[in-house]
Amino acid sequence: MLHIENLHAGVEEKDILKGINLDVKPGEVHAIMGPNGSGKSTFASVISGKEEFEVHKGIMEFEGEDITELDPEERAHKGLFLSFQYPVEIPGVTVTNFIKTAINETRKAKGLKEMPAGEMLKKIKEKADMLEIDRKFLSRSLNEGFSGGEKKRNEIFQLAMMEPKLAILDETDSGLDIDALKVVANGVNKLKSKDNAIIVITHYQRLLEYIVPDFVHVLVDGKIVKSGDKSLAYELEEKGYDWIKEEMKAV
Amino acid sequence: MSLKDKLVTSYFAFEDNLADDSPIHTMRNDAIKNFEATGFPTKKDEEWKYTSLRSLLKTDYSIFPKPLDRTIEFREVKNYFLHDVDTYKIVFIDGVYSSFLSETTHDSIDVCLLSSALAKPKYKPVLEAYFNKAAKKDSLSSLNTAFAKEGAYIHIPKHKEVEKPIEIINFSTGTESAALLQPRNLVVVGENSHVQIIERHQSLSENPVFTNSVTEVFAEKRAFVDYYKIQNDVSTASLIDSTYISQERESNCRLHTFSFGGKLTRNNLNFYQKGERCNSTLNGITILEDKQHVDHNTLVHHTQPNCESHQDYKGIFDDASTGVFNGKVLVDSIAQKIDAFQQNNNILISDKATINSKPQLEIFADDVACSHGCTIGQLDEEALFYLRSRGIAQKEARALLMYAFANNVLESVKIPELKRRINKLIAEKIGVSVGFQL
Repeated sequence: MLHIENLHAGVEEKDILKGINLDVKPGEVHAIMGPNGSGKSTFASVISGKEEFEVHKGIMEFEGEDITELDPEERAHKGLFLSFQYPVEIPGVTVTNFIKTAINETRKAKGLKEMPAGEMLKKIKEKADMLEIDRKFLSRSLNEGFSGGEKKRNEIFQLAMMEPKLAILDETDSGLDIDALKVVANGVNKLKSKDNAIIVITHYQRLLEYIVPDFVHVLVDGKIVKSGDKSLAYELEEKGYDWIKEEMKAV
Repeated sequence: MSLKDKLVTSYFAFEDNLADDSPIHTMRNDAIKNFEATGFPTKKDEEWKYTSLRSLLKTDYSIFPKPLDRTIEFREVKNYFLHDVDTYKIVFIDGVYSSFLSETTHDSIDVCLLSSALAKPKYKPVLEAYFNKAAKKDSLSSLNTAFAKEGAYIHIPKHKEVEKPIEIINFSTGTESAALLQPRNLVVVGENSHVQIIERHQSLSENPVFTNSVTEVFAEKRAFVDYYKIQNDVSTASLIDSTYISQERESNCRLHTFSFGGKLTRNNLNFYQKGERCNSTLNGITILEDKQHVDHNTLVHHTQPNCESHQDYKGIFDDASTGVFNGKVLVDSIAQKIDAFQQNNNILISDKATINSKPQLEIFADDVACSHGCTIGQLDEEALFYLRSRGIAQKEARALLMYAFANNVLESVKIPELKRRINKLIAEKIGVSVGFQL
């Protein structure tokens, strides 16, 4: 589904990502862990097409198609979704109208008609219930004055509505208490299927207890330096990141 | 001959044709003297620092444009009217009243013409009590007073809720290569009465039009006035709109200005609160492109205690367009417990666009809550990326952010059809076809 090979990317001439290799297949959950400043969020932004980052070298394909030059909206139309670490506040646009616009613009891009209002409403209700989101919340301005937890829950609500093929969760656990974390993780797990995939970007192992990864990759200084199964996450939790850095030096 | 000289010379010929017993005879003569002494404002005048009339005044305008030699059919101009709702209409074509397009009334309220009010003795007491009583004696208002002969005359007696909105529309058709129009509106709203008014100036040709309009509104005790100005004229038309609103106690006046078109637009908007517990709202959305220029010059004068005023102006400026916001709030020493709020937010879309924003608070009372805020910025790149990553294309994402920015002002429009129309105008102006429901 996602094929990344020797990816170098960064701001202007400077590489932040220095040769990443990653393959994600349908049905898989990948976790990318790493210390602060290792390039985790940059990686998420580069896959989603944020314009301030440039790809300098390498291959980035989604379902066999080169997406390096695609606009963020074109990537979204193909089924990529980024849950933001810091969702942006947009006063004047309600959560409901935002999600309606996003869904219908995506449908339009695919040559589909707008989703009938009744169907949209039903879907909104269903997904809001699943994530224990209060109905009043939906008529508030997007992210404006939301608590950290509300923002993250709103991201997962959008994820549930958009039903992407590949979801990238960027530090979705930060700012969540344990109850909210369970609700969010539970929501993500319900959306999992054999046809879609998830990349969880996180600093801590905590979220991975609820969204269980098939693969764990450790990103240090713009490179994946170690990959393994979920036990790697526990190891990192126990030992921190320093031992990996030591290992790298030794190599 | 300069435009000023031409105007002063023409005045005497104009005056000769008017009856000496007109209730405003002396006022006219004083007004032309005033104009002759002061002339058109220049950039040296502090109030006109950012708006120059110089290039506008080079044009040789016809002061008394000749009338159109044919009838304008309703279908030709239908789009400029509201049509889902029934309205009163006061329509002028090149400064001349069009009975054909208008729908006036004398049935318990007067929605008619200034010219007939000036001619008939029964209106004399109203004219004597109100005409030119709120307008400043500055050069442009004086010029208008000197030549005042036509415009809307609206008189609502006590305890009347006017159910239909009143549309005042001034068309110009280009019968002259360039024309100067000076409509003069008088609106008197009696105690406890309600009225909604929509005003627009619209050129039907590309020939330059310079409109120097003056409107006086008097809101008596507990009156409610909701006034909308739609400024979406062609790119060769310029407008100076001086509006004076005088409020008695417990009255509530709201004036909304939507500026999307025109070459140069100057809004002199003056609110005078003369009684306690008045409420004034002034807001606007300005969206400009090319070399368009809009200047909002507002004044709220609080002379009595326990009143409120709210100002909220949003501007979006593209290309080499320029905007000015100069908002003055004046609080007299006896006007305690005033709540005056002023906000001016701007987005510059291009590097060449300019906005000059100047709040002025002059407060002589010590127990008041006055605040003002002014922002100038660009569209938020992070917000754009956020919207785009959700599948909303760049153009639509930009439009959505602009809509969101202007939304709270749009929300203040209380006539649903008008709100839809303004929504559409904004969409056209921003260049998108999606109808966001915000």
